[in-house]
Amino acid sequence: MVKEKIMTTDAKLRIDPELTRDVLKHFLRDEIRKVGFEKAVIGLSGGIDSAVACYLVAQAIGPQNVLALRLPYKTSAPDSLTHAQMVIDALGVPSDTIDITPMVDPLFERLPDMDAKRKGNVMARQRMIVWYDRSAAIGGLVIGTSNKTELLLGYGTLFGDMAAAVNPLGDLYKTQVRVLAKHLDVPQPIIDKAPSADLWIGQTDEGELGLTYAEADRLLVLLVDERYTPAEAIDAGFNRALVERVWRMVRVNHFKRRGPIIAKLSSRTIGVDFNYLRDWGY
Amino acid sequence: MKPLTVGLAQVYPKLGDVRANCELHMQFVERAVQHKVDLLVFPELSLTGYALQDLVREVAMRPTAEHPAFASMLDASRRLDLVVGFAEVDERGRFFTSAAYVSQGKVAHLHRKVYLPTYALFDEGRYCDLGESVRAFDTRFGRFGILICEDFWHASPPYLAWLDGADVMIFTSASPGRGLGYEGKLGSSRFVETVNQAYAALFGSYVIHVNRCGFEDGLNFWGGSTAFNPDGDLIAQAPYFEEALVVAELDLGQIRRTRTRLPLLRDERPEVTLRELQRILSDR
Repeated sequence: MVKEKIMTTDAKLRIDPELTRDVLKHFLRDEIRKVGFEKAVIGLSGGIDSAVACYLVAQAIGPQNVLALRLPYKTSAPDSLTHAQMVIDALGVPSDTIDITPMVDPLFERLPDMDAKRKGNVMARQRMIVWYDRSAAIGGLVIGTSNKTELLLGYGTLFGDMAAAVNPLGDLYKTQVRVLAKHLDVPQPIIDKAPSADLWIGQTDEGELGLTYAEADRLLVLLVDERYTPAEAIDAGFNRALVERVWRMVRVNHFKRRGPIIAKLSSRTIGVDFNYLRDWGY
Repeated sequence: MKPLTVGLAQVYPKLGDVRANCELHMQFVERAVQHKVDLLVFPELSLTGYALQDLVREVAMRPTAEHPAFASMLDASRRLDLVVGFAEVDERGRFFTSAAYVSQGKVAHLHRKVYLPTYALFDEGRYCDLGESVRAFDTRFGRFGILICEDFWHASPPYLAWLDGADVMIFTSASPGRGLGYEGKLGSSRFVETVNQAYAALFGSYVIHVNRCGFEDGLNFWGGSTAFNPDGDLIAQAPYFEEALVVAELDLGQIRRTRTRLPLLRDERPEVTLRELQRILSDR
């Protein structure tokens, strides 16, 4: 891509981080308290997204009201735990560390042909189980940390890390989350390291996806926010194969962004024409 | 000439809870009375909340004393004039997004939202019928116009209200905030502030804009209510995102002074507009 075009799309990705922080702080405080809760639970992976979300929710409702959970598996990178601890120490949030190995290994032993991807999904869902149980125990909401890039590309586990009550990052591209992280003073090692779901040793997001977040975001902001057709994106200078691949990933992963399909039989069907906000009655 | 003291009631209505919203209105009425407010303006759908969807059937009301919430508004209007937002149902079961100017126990004017955004995050056209008129109306302070949100995202309704005699425009909104690309304010704030300033300057009129705040399912309402004077100068603004009562003094004499210096109203040629519009429509 020629430099000018990169600069133009980078301009489209620009955010005012202080304004973003302000809106998200209000959002978290409002959507948690409006439904009668004072507390929140968040899984800290040691990655940048959960770190940013933790900073935001701590600022929104007070650090004492946030329970940060470190849920390692035996193959988790040691850095993950250290970096999560940096966030906990910086914010002064209560925390707990629970090893999920004995929760998932029995299933792995029962089904020895399970590949790395399936195991990764099992672990993600097991973590979700712990978050939701702890949130019930303390009377709080589970905070989601999936960013817009992941949600669009389908880079998340349905009912696993995608499960949450409220998600402050779901409308921010990874590139924008990074800007926000810097503005919030998230510890530098967390900002600098290669994003990874850490579901197997050596896994990196960009290695798995086959493209960098910077490339993905430049393209996604055009296709999604700016309503470019794939043909228009190619005209704008993006590689044809990349555009086709990315748009296909967005399409085939849409099922992760919608509830289960219900067969319409009556004149008023849930998910079709039974239209109320989730904030109904609050 | 005594200034007109306008209260901008930047409230956070509770979705679907008319009774709670009525109480909220009464709290703001009390505060406004203490500030000697003459006219208190509430945002779009202030009595009901915005994203009603199928709830509209449950909360819609006739603008009469039959409905307890509307009765309270009529009652309060004996102390000061009010503009209140609500979901209206007419005698044939059609729903509208409406605003009522109530004064001294009566409805002085009813505006039904003419432009219903039904695109992107908006789905208003699914639930509500379209308003059919844009009218200026007389109040004890002068001749005013009321428009609701999307109505002023089209140049035509403000223009019509102006030609019909509105020297004070009251815009009420439930405007969701979006657009992070500008510094210090959301894209939607920038757009609305820009057009409000333009209308004030182009029409030599006061333009009052009252927007709500709060959240509905992650939609943020950005507040930032404003009052612009006939020169297009900002004379009052509420904070973004927070509930607030802002009081603005309108020197209605400024309208004449501005229009003497800049007689855009005098020089406006609506017959040219009408003729050209008829030509354009017949060519379609």
